[in-house]
Amino acid sequence: MSDAALLAAEGITKRFGGVQALADVGFAIRPGEIYGLIGPNGAGKTTLFNVLTGIYPHDGGTFIFDGAPLSGLKPNQVAERGIARTFQNIRLFANLSAVENVMVGRHVRTHATVFGAIFRNARTRAEEKGIERRSYELLEYVGVHKRANDLAKHLAYGDQRRLEIARALATEPKLLALDEPAAGMNATETTTLKQLLQNIRRDGTTILLIEHDMKLVMSVCDRVLVLDYGKKIAEGPAADVQKNPKVIEAYLGGDVAEHLKGAAA
Amino acid sequence: MHAFFDTRKHPELVWVGIVVVAMTLTALPFALAGVGTAWVRITNSAILYVFLALGLNIVVGFAGLLDLGYIAFYAVGAYTYALLASPHFNIHLPFWIVLPIGAGIACLFGALLGAPTLKLRGDYLAIVTLGFGEIIRIFLNNLSQPVNITNGPQGITLIDPFRIGGFNFKTSQTIVGLDFTGPIKYYYFLLIVLIAVIVINLRLQNSRLGRAWEAVREDEIAARAMGINTRNVKLLAFAMGASFGGLAGGMFSAIQGFISPESFILVESINVVAMVVLGGMGNVWGVILGALLLSFMPEILRYTVGPIQEQLFGRMLLEPEVIRMLLFGFALVLMMLFRPAGILPSALRKRELESVVRQKYE
Repeated sequence: MSDAALLAAEGITKRFGGVQALADVGFAIRPGEIYGLIGPNGAGKTTLFNVLTGIYPHDGGTFIFDGAPLSGLKPNQVAERGIARTFQNIRLFANLSAVENVMVGRHVRTHATVFGAIFRNARTRAEEKGIERRSYELLEYVGVHKRANDLAKHLAYGDQRRLEIARALATEPKLLALDEPAAGMNATETTTLKQLLQNIRRDGTTILLIEHDMKLVMSVCDRVLVLDYGKKIAEGPAADVQKNPKVIEAYLGGDVAEHLKGAAA
Repeated sequence: MHAFFDTRKHPELVWVGIVVVAMTLTALPFALAGVGTAWVRITNSAILYVFLALGLNIVVGFAGLLDLGYIAFYAVGAYTYALLASPHFNIHLPFWIVLPIGAGIACLFGALLGAPTLKLRGDYLAIVTLGFGEIIRIFLNNLSQPVNITNGPQGITLIDPFRIGGFNFKTSQTIVGLDFTGPIKYYYFLLIVLIAVIVINLRLQNSRLGRAWEAVREDEIAARAMGINTRNVKLLAFAMGASFGGLAGGMFSAIQGFISPESFILVESINVVAMVVLGGMGNVWGVILGALLLSFMPEILRYTVGPIQEQLFGRMLLEPEVIRMLLFGFALVLMMLFRPAGILPSALRKRELESVVRQKYE
């Protein structure tokens, strides 16, 4: 199975001083799946993202992505390999327009140099045109094309989240890692987001999704990994994980779990 | 009225505008020479400051890296020219060779400064660059021993002017009945370089690389996560900015004919930063305006403050120099209060797609 995995993690460990943020976490994401990553606040979900995308080095373990290890790669090299991410606290380029944000995402797949920029040769002009066209397409894909020429910081919250997804998609990722994309969205926006996630998967991009909105996670994810205090406590199809007593305990506390068990008996 | 100036409806107006500006700029030095030759020199020095401000704008305005030692690259360019085209070492290379060499060496120094400061931001970067600027100046001041390279505080004199064959930029001559003085000849040279530099800056900003600089300025972590090699991109900003400084330094050397470390003091760096901030960081036209304002205003005041006081009070109460600094400070305070992003702040660029696509998206 691990041969078929797009991303296989093994024994991932990360400490911050005395805090064990991640302890021996392992999982495998299959191509074409939407893989959920859940857990209570402080469970280590975002740390796992940061370690995966090279923002922090990890203390132990390996990531094998698309057949080759990721260890020691810088964030930009990870992006080049085909992992794009969004951020829990939106990190758009606030003073660039929406379309320019997406155009920045095309950087890693384009080639123009200083000389191209200064002399504007035919190849650079064609590339620029391609970048612009593709960026507009992606804006339409996520549904913020009407705000293409507004500054990113002036967009509504939900639009900013979707713009971040468009920017990430512009890097042509094989794996799209989304850190709480539904945070702060209302019910309608979340429904649109769910449709968008399904479209992205349909169009061939695998998704790793951190999310607190359980309704969204349960309806969209094929499989889910549950972290608690940096440890993996459950993994499997969404429906199974939901019933796992360890998961209920992590979310609701031991007493409630006991109580529920009693009630069921 | 407004519709008349709508260049979308009247594209020919753009050409009318270009012709008017071109004619004005061509006639300008002769008009200025009528007032006094000093004004042509002042204009030339203002254009040199525009080069500096545009170069620094790449570093500060585009990439968001505060550089308080920028004048060091001006010094490197100026000394490169002076050493390779003066009796000091008795080397007399032509200017079209020395200017690119100066820009190249300044570019190298830019990368040299950039490399150790890659992880610094904001205040910390400002302090390191400030130190770098001073180090260069102190080196120039002291490199007269044990081997005399820079001639120390005395500076280097008799630097070659620009020459193309028998055509000397320094001497006056009459061409088609017009009196071309040295400063006027240099003015036209500077004007041509200026146009090239403006085009280069606009193109750089609106390119894959320019967007990468702006991404680094806006959010470095997000920029890296989007696959931008922030190390290379920042080094490139330092190097490009520095080479414009070096180019300007070479021209300064030739025009002045004399340079010494005193021309490259900290206040000069701060002056260039003030031009960029006053004009509008990141906006090429704003930065040009800032540089022109801060170069011309002190000179205009120098010539008007005295006579105005004589008229009003019958005698000189305050020295022009004092009033200049007073007004300068006052203007900066007003600026920070009312236009903190500069006179012409960096504007949103509307991206005009081809009409077919535009119809689809608007």
